[in-house]
Amino acid sequence: MAEEAIKLGGKKKSIFMDKVKELLPEGGNLNLCLTCGACSSGCPATGLEGMDPRKFLRMAALGMDEEILSSKWTWMCTMCQRCIYVCPMKIDIPQLIFNTRAAWPRDKRPKGILASCDMALRTETRSAMGTTPEDFEFVVNDVVEEYQEAQPEFKDMKAPIDKEGAEFFLNQNSREPVTEPDEMVPLWKILHLVGADWTYGSKGWAGENYCMFLADNDAWKTLASTMAGQADKLGCKTYLNTE
Amino acid sequence: MVKNIYEYYAKWIREGKLKVNSDWNKDLKIKFTVQDPCQIVRKTFGDPIAEDLRFVVKSVVGEENFVDMVPNRSNNYCCGGGGGFLQSGFKEQRLEYGKLKDAQIKATGADYCIAGCHNCHAQIHELSEHYGGNYPVVHMWTLICLSLGILGPNEREYLGDDLKEVLVFHPETAM
Repeated sequence: MAEEAIKLGGKKKSIFMDKVKELLPEGGNLNLCLTCGACSSGCPATGLEGMDPRKFLRMAALGMDEEILSSKWTWMCTMCQRCIYVCPMKIDIPQLIFNTRAAWPRDKRPKGILASCDMALRTETRSAMGTTPEDFEFVVNDVVEEYQEAQPEFKDMKAPIDKEGAEFFLNQNSREPVTEPDEMVPLWKILHLVGADWTYGSKGWAGENYCMFLADNDAWKTLASTMAGQADKLGCKTYLNTE
Repeated sequence: MVKNIYEYYAKWIREGKLKVNSDWNKDLKIKFTVQDPCQIVRKTFGDPIAEDLRFVVKSVVGEENFVDMVPNRSNNYCCGGGGGFLQSGFKEQRLEYGKLKDAQIKATGADYCIAGCHNCHAQIHELSEHYGGNYPVVHMWTLICLSLGILGPNEREYLGDDLKEVLVFHPETAM
């Protein structure tokens, strides 16, 4: 004869995953897991830190809050969403990860990401490398003038900053103006040849947003608002991502 | 409205505004594969932009010189450069993560990998060196301008030696 079933006493405790569910549309489907493992089998982060997406979600569902909130794996998942793409229940594991990141004390989050976010908060260009509007303007003008001269076929090529009413508001990863400015030129040439009406913004030209990776909601909103706000202020119809 | 430039590259080629062609690669037969950046493909615009990206690549390097990764498009794997991984300090784990991407690229037999995103570019570049594949990793704009014959000598940072001297625009300006 079977032993008597074990009865679990006490009230259901509030767990971290329930808080995340409240934040997401349809609760991110976080309680719909069929444990099939499609997520983990196609996740490049499977095995790092002895973790994988299914395991992380099961631990969250079991209320193992201390373990999931201290796991460094949360910084090794890139939130690439391939797990959602293959999931039969479309479970939003990346949002669970994002909110786990957000639950870390800010100063304990990875220093590199933190520093890039803080740097972008310091200048309205929102460059994670701290490039100021003046530095950006100098580099862009310097390079465009150099190429107008050196390659006369492109003597009319422009790289405008804050051109009002331009169709495209173009962003640029900080890496180019800061470390390899010549790499901006092929892009400008293409835009010149097709006759695109485009501009950079003195504010918000930077394409990167490390505050989002840091899971600092106020900060990433600040960055995104500067970028979108400058495009709106100039009356640009299209915010064009160059990557 | 937020758009990605890959859609426009494809549109401008279709409209005849960007007169690219792949003649430069007819005899060279240099093979290319392309990474589908998660942020641009799976997370934002889906398979249609992955098709645009392939249309651009094939127009520029020649259809017969393009080899797709498996899996691909929205089903492709992340390279491990996204989500802040490059800045997180977990280098060893990041390279381990990227092993899958490196294996995918090597399996295509391609000489080059095109990366349409800076995080992908930095990560795959590092994977190429770390795992010894030594395939160059290039931006799309470089190849578009190469095929148009307007790529100068100082705009070739990421091209391999096999392409450093091909169709050089204003070679006298080399620095």
